[in-house]
Amino acid sequence: MALRTELARVGAVAWKDLTAERRTKANFNAVVFLAVLILMLFGFALGPDTEALRGAAAGALWLTVLFSGVLAFNRSYQMELEGGALEALLMYPGDRRSIFVGKVLANLAFVLLVEAVVVPLAVVLYDLPLLGPGPGLIGVLFLGTVGFVTLGTFYAAMASRVRAREVLLPLLLFPMLIPLLVAAEAATSALLIGDPMGEVGAWVRLLVIFDLVFLVAAFFAFDAVIED
Amino acid sequence: MNPKEGEATMAVRSSSGLRWVWFAAAALAVTATVQLYALSISPPDQGMGHLQKIMYVHVPTAWSAFLAFGTVFVCSALYLFTKREKYDMLAVSAAEVGVILTAVTLVLGSIWAKPTWGVWWTWDPRLTTTAILLVIYGGYLALRSFVEEDERRARWSAAVGILAFINVPIVYMSVRWWRTIHQVQSSPSTVDSSYILGLRLNALAVLAVMICFIVLRYRAGMLERAAEARLEEAALVKGEVSV
Repeated sequence: MALRTELARVGAVAWKDLTAERRTKANFNAVVFLAVLILMLFGFALGPDTEALRGAAAGALWLTVLFSGVLAFNRSYQMELEGGALEALLMYPGDRRSIFVGKVLANLAFVLLVEAVVVPLAVVLYDLPLLGPGPGLIGVLFLGTVGFVTLGTFYAAMASRVRAREVLLPLLLFPMLIPLLVAAEAATSALLIGDPMGEVGAWVRLLVIFDLVFLVAAFFAFDAVIED
Repeated sequence: MNPKEGEATMAVRSSSGLRWVWFAAAALAVTATVQLYALSISPPDQGMGHLQKIMYVHVPTAWSAFLAFGTVFVCSALYLFTKREKYDMLAVSAAEVGVILTAVTLVLGSIWAKPTWGVWWTWDPRLTTTAILLVIYGGYLALRSFVEEDERRARWSAAVGILAFINVPIVYMSVRWWRTIHQVQSSPSTVDSSYILGLRLNALAVLAVMICFIVLRYRAGMLERAAEARLEEAALVKGEVSV
């Protein structure tokens, strides 16, 4: 019973955030545009050599996702801060962690949609094989994005409420994401350009561990950062 | 007297400051002594010659840094359970000392690596893990510097301190799979017996230095808060008189 009402709250928060996003679209369009731009800039920085580009593609793709996605998280709380909506949201009965889970889901949808644009573009720009690694690639992208969004949503709950939020969020978030970046890059790279050592499984396991550990940790720590 | 000032003043008064100054002086003197002792008794290493002597600072600072970050974790958890200001102050003191020790470890490791491995930096697991710890706890300190309200800063940084420590084994596992060339850990079992005693003594000496750094930083922070509370109180009293 209680679980069902909490799930309804989670859904309501996620739906509210996504509706607000859908009605303006300005933020989503800007983030997608920035992601496309970063992807191109990596191409220029790495040079036009197709082989070299393909070798670096997985890293460039993940950094593009990280650098553009990080802009989405602060926004998801700033919407609340304008007009004191956060106070109202906190006053509703029920577990506050439902707000966290709802926001994670909304941000997850947001970043996955950005990826839906960025990944096909990377396939074109960096001359990557798509059909072969397709399903595995989607799985790795999903697992990597879950961990990224979980910690991003958690740290943005703090960073969005201080001065210098634009710089504080990456300072807090990116060092914590290094294991995720290493694992996601290695797994993606193995899927795209071959996996002679058969190591994809190990990296996917690491991603799963990272996701589970921080989903649980952030879920329980959220009370400490939101109760004001 | 507000309760906040009460705790800060009590924590500082409960042990005399002079005692810790003596402890600090003793720790530094002991460190200097055991450094000299280790330098004089250890023979030059077969491959590295006298370079090996960097180990007597490099390894102890690394060990102590990890202990300091462990302290941040424990104090952060204690803060969230008890909400007592002193645990927050201990956590930030340990974090600052840990960051300094990590930086020392990395600089010395780099100086050691250049003549031995031929490069200043290499992406070896333990080196990389240490560097990642430096940026993770740098982020922790950055967060603290941006939040002005004491209670909120304590709560937020406690959560961040806990998540940071949970990440340590994951970071280590990921970079170890990623690449491996570091010599096996400098534990007594892989180090020649002529170096062991010097290393152990120095580890204890650096540990003592770390403890007194943390305590002195903690006391300074608590005094600062007590002074702020007094100033506030004085301003209030003055306000009443003038009204």
